Amino acid sequence: MINNLASEANRLSGQIIELCYHCHKCTAGCPVVEAMEYGPDQLLRMVALDQHDAVLRSRDIWLCASCYTCSTRCPNDIDISAVMDALRKLAVAGGYPAGERDALLFHKLFLGVVQRLGRSHEAAMLGLFKILSRVPIYRDVGSGVGLILRGKVPILPKQSGAAPEVRQIFRRSK
Amino acid sequence: MSYSYYPGCSAHSTGLEYGLSTQATFQHLGLELEELANWNCCGASSAHALGHHILALALPARNLAIAQEAGRDLVTGCAACFSRLKSADHTLRNDPEARDEVESVVGFNYTGEVTVRPVLAVLYEDCGLEKITAHVRRPLTGLKVVTYYGCLLVRPPEITQFDDPDDPQVMADLLRAVGAEVKPWSYATDCCGAGLSLSRSDVVYSLVDRLTERAREAGAEAMATTCPLCHLNLEMRQSGKPKMPVFYFTELLGLAFGLPEVQNWWDKHLIDPRPLLRSVGLA
Repeated sequence: MINNLASEANRLSGQIIELCYHCHKCTAGCPVVEAMEYGPDQLLRMVALDQHDAVLRSRDIWLCASCYTCSTRCPNDIDISAVMDALRKLAVAGGYPAGERDALLFHKLFLGVVQRLGRSHEAAMLGLFKILSRVPIYRDVGSGVGLILRGKVPILPKQSGAAPEVRQIFRRSK
Repeated sequence: MSYSYYPGCSAHSTGLEYGLSTQATFQHLGLELEELANWNCCGASSAHALGHHILALALPARNLAIAQEAGRDLVTGCAACFSRLKSADHTLRNDPEARDEVESVVGFNYTGEVTVRPVLAVLYEDCGLEKITAHVRRPLTGLKVVTYYGCLLVRPPEITQFDDPDDPQVMADLLRAVGAEVKPWSYATDCCGAGLSLSRSDVVYSLVDRLTERAREAGAEAMATTCPLCHLNLEMRQSGKPKMPVFYFTELLGLAFGLPEVQNWWDKHLIDPRPLLRSVGLA
């Protein structure tokens, strides 16, 4: 259980969300706000009011594309993207079901592949995503085949000499 | 001049033609790119998105450590890799506590001697427009494009330290220098939806459709980009027809320089740009 959402989010992100005076510039510029439930400025308010459940279950934190538009435009220099990183971390740590299950799955698969190979490997990641996500399995098959035919998605990963050191970095960063 | 080169994972996969055209144009201009030995993935957005603060710094920092040994500026084409490398460099430079931790995780001593730079900046600042124009064999006359930067090359500006975050001009200047007709528009740094492409393709379709619609309104027939993820989304997530071709700006430079490899690059595109190029006498 998180003690106080605002202080946890501030601590993890290095931000002071109480500086927000709700000018809505972040929400006005957010490219994905149409798909969100609340939008960034309202979400910050909910964090300040310690509304754990609503915030950490919301799909908004998973829809954030980390485009830094809000962070760049905030007149009070709140790095809202960093706050979103912190909220996702708290949601995962607190065992909240991700508001966008497949967005979390994507990040986990991506990092899982990097941890093992040292580099990304699209074929492995996309294959696993197809199997494990709720996205219909037939979606993007045409583009996928197109990419493979153009030699852009190698089926087998290339061995990278970086892999052992990268595994060590993953272990030590825990 | 010679540089350390960080291709990033995409240059060997979905952004193959970006890697190839970057190497070819640099070689043509006499700029040497030395690929970092045993580089690793920068962690992309996933490491920081899940709040793995130290991991998100340590993965790019390992590449900075290798570049430090090589003693040259570190150049990358991928906007997302640039963002992670530059952001790690910024933290290592300014946050002693995080630096200590990252240094011990990676096992190196940060000196701050390496400058992380995007391909665009090197061509613009070190090579310069005059020299680039002097290499043109086939001016891109009649090719109407908008430049599309996406997010991570220019935001957040205190970290990226490159171009204007609202109305960037470097790519437009470079493409004008090789004869292209660059149309002004207001969406050069709007987001394409990035990593949501797989989990919420509906969101990415709507963002990409809006971008191509605005590009057409501006009078463009193609987009020029510098980010492999933007490029993939722009090619894969257009719902309308006809689909607008999307180039890497390095491909357009290579085309203007008369490089024979261009045919090989066009073969890699999901949206074949050759009909458009033929229509303006460039294929």
